[in-house]
Amino acid sequence: MTEENTWNSEGTVEITHDVGLHARPSVKLTKLAKRFSARIEIAADPEGPWIDAKSIVKVMGAKIPQGTILQLRAIGTDAQLAIEALIDLVNQNFEESQDAQSA
Amino acid sequence: MPSQPELKGISAAPGLAQGGAFWVEAAAIVNSVDSLKAKIDLPEALALASSQLVELMDRVEGEDADILEFQLAMLEDETLNDPVRKAFEAGTTLIEAWQQALNKHVTDYEQSEDEYFQARASDLRDIRDRVLRILRGETEVEIPEGAILLATDLTPSRFLGLNWNKGGGVVLQGGSPSSHVAMLARSRGVPMLVGIENLSLGAFPDQTRLLLDADRGVLQVDPSAEQIQDFEHKLRIATEEAEQIALISDQPAQTANGTAVQVLINVALPEELAKFNSVHCDGIGLMRSEFLFHHGLPSEESQYRSYRKLLEWAGGKPVTIRTLDAGGDKPLPGLEQPTESNPFLGLRGLRLSLRQPEVFRTQLRALCRAAVHGNLKVMVPMVTVPDELHSAQELLGGVCAELATEGTEFCKPVLGMMIEVPAAALAPELFTDAAFFSIGSNDLVQYLTASARDLHHVADLADPGHPAVLRVIKELAEHCDRSGQELSLCGDMGSDPNFIAQLLGAGLRNLSVAPARLGKTKWTIRETNLEGV
Repeated sequence: MTEENTWNSEGTVEITHDVGLHARPSVKLTKLAKRFSARIEIAADPEGPWIDAKSIVKVMGAKIPQGTILQLRAIGTDAQLAIEALIDLVNQNFEESQDAQSA
Repeated sequence: MPSQPELKGISAAPGLAQGGAFWVEAAAIVNSVDSLKAKIDLPEALALASSQLVELMDRVEGEDADILEFQLAMLEDETLNDPVRKAFEAGTTLIEAWQQALNKHVTDYEQSEDEYFQARASDLRDIRDRVLRILRGETEVEIPEGAILLATDLTPSRFLGLNWNKGGGVVLQGGSPSSHVAMLARSRGVPMLVGIENLSLGAFPDQTRLLLDADRGVLQVDPSAEQIQDFEHKLRIATEEAEQIALISDQPAQTANGTAVQVLINVALPEELAKFNSVHCDGIGLMRSEFLFHHGLPSEESQYRSYRKLLEWAGGKPVTIRTLDAGGDKPLPGLEQPTESNPFLGLRGLRLSLRQPEVFRTQLRALCRAAVHGNLKVMVPMVTVPDELHSAQELLGGVCAELATEGTEFCKPVLGMMIEVPAAALAPELFTDAAFFSIGSNDLVQYLTASARDLHHVADLADPGHPAVLRVIKELAEHCDRSGQELSLCGDMGSDPNFIAQLLGAGLRNLSVAPARLGKTKWTIRETNLEGV
């Protein structure tokens, strides 16, 4: 794996979705991650294990509960943008409703 | 002919259905004897499986489509397919390689401690079997319309592929009420029973007549003529009732002689409200906030979001949120609780909150911040003496002062209390500070009859129909009439058609019920004539 200091962008965000990172939120997260060329990884703990944010099998398999402080890191030209977009998605509660999006 | 005993299960979706038996898996086994060799290669099979899912997605919407979208995303993920490809290249047959790889995921989900993730195992099985059928060159077994399906478990896509307009139902040996297929069955109104352990595969032949009563959680195999007649009678009544209920669902509840009654709903998680419109009820009468605590202590921010969501949903109608009601009988992760020999009489509800003021203060802060977004009422559980209520008042005042100093936007909600402890129920005049009372009938009945809710040996003694229960409620209603304090009831008794007339007769005008019971409760109220009670 790449060494820690080569990641272009990092961030954290709390999962507040009522039931955690479940099926629908996981699908949304991986779909959004795939829109970026950067390699993006997430983890439930700063110590890892880090998993590929573009793989629904891995994201869902991590079984991340509500209240987790999600760790994100990315490497690539659009790394910064990717981290910002993913944090936004989580903060908007995975676009649960149109209201939440516009609020 | 002696009739067979009823088989008991857990109701995953209510309703009644009669029809012929159909064993889903037996049909699949017969269909797949000569199928060890794959008929097509993996990429082709995956592409075909994806297009089948896309086709199914065209026919559904909302939550149902989400389930299929999840399966589609899994199917298209190379992480899923890579190990299969590698095993195949190493010499395993394609069918075996696929089965082994997918079974690993199924087992992984089955072993999860979280019920939600456990239930996802059936989505993985769904994906596994769809691709297996394609690899083997099988077509899906044709399931007769209107049949009662019997299986160890049923996959969501299989369920969605069937036409349920002709009736029918589902009976599963395994399964769970929180599985995707159970959610689908509830939203489609298809009766479903899960967890019937005494059901062995092929225990009776296909087309055996079955009576499925998912309201009571029982299955009758090969019924007598008399049983069929009874069942058809119940079915007719249920159909008529359903028609009546549909007609009145958006109208306010009032008795036959014109007395208005407020009917509110009980909820646990905000997401339960997704498919429910607030015009059908008078607000939320009880939000059980402990459900937000099941994955550990939630932060102030995450609680604030949940409460705000409820208030926005209610659009100005009252929302009563009960503060954490934990205790020895319902332990929560992250909360210190003593081991007690009799937890129902121990440190529960407000008693526990006052001993863990930090957890309580976090919740009160989230509530005060959310109160800006609607008509919030805060309710504390298990109050026994006025001092406890005063302590809660003081903490609430302290939190508001703190928020004001910080310059955080907030609004101080009114504070009321549950009536479940008999000592409080019999002396409501002590609680002059309570803005309102809400009767928690489940606990009040258990305490008045000294019969624990979790012991089935004494279940028949815990009878809400005991005259003592109604007497206490009547006296409470009379007290509140004099004091001007608002009174409601939020236990199961409020939606039980056997007690609604008596509760209204005792003077109650505000009931809070499970969303699924709302229509029936309003309908029962309209059938009640208070002049005769």
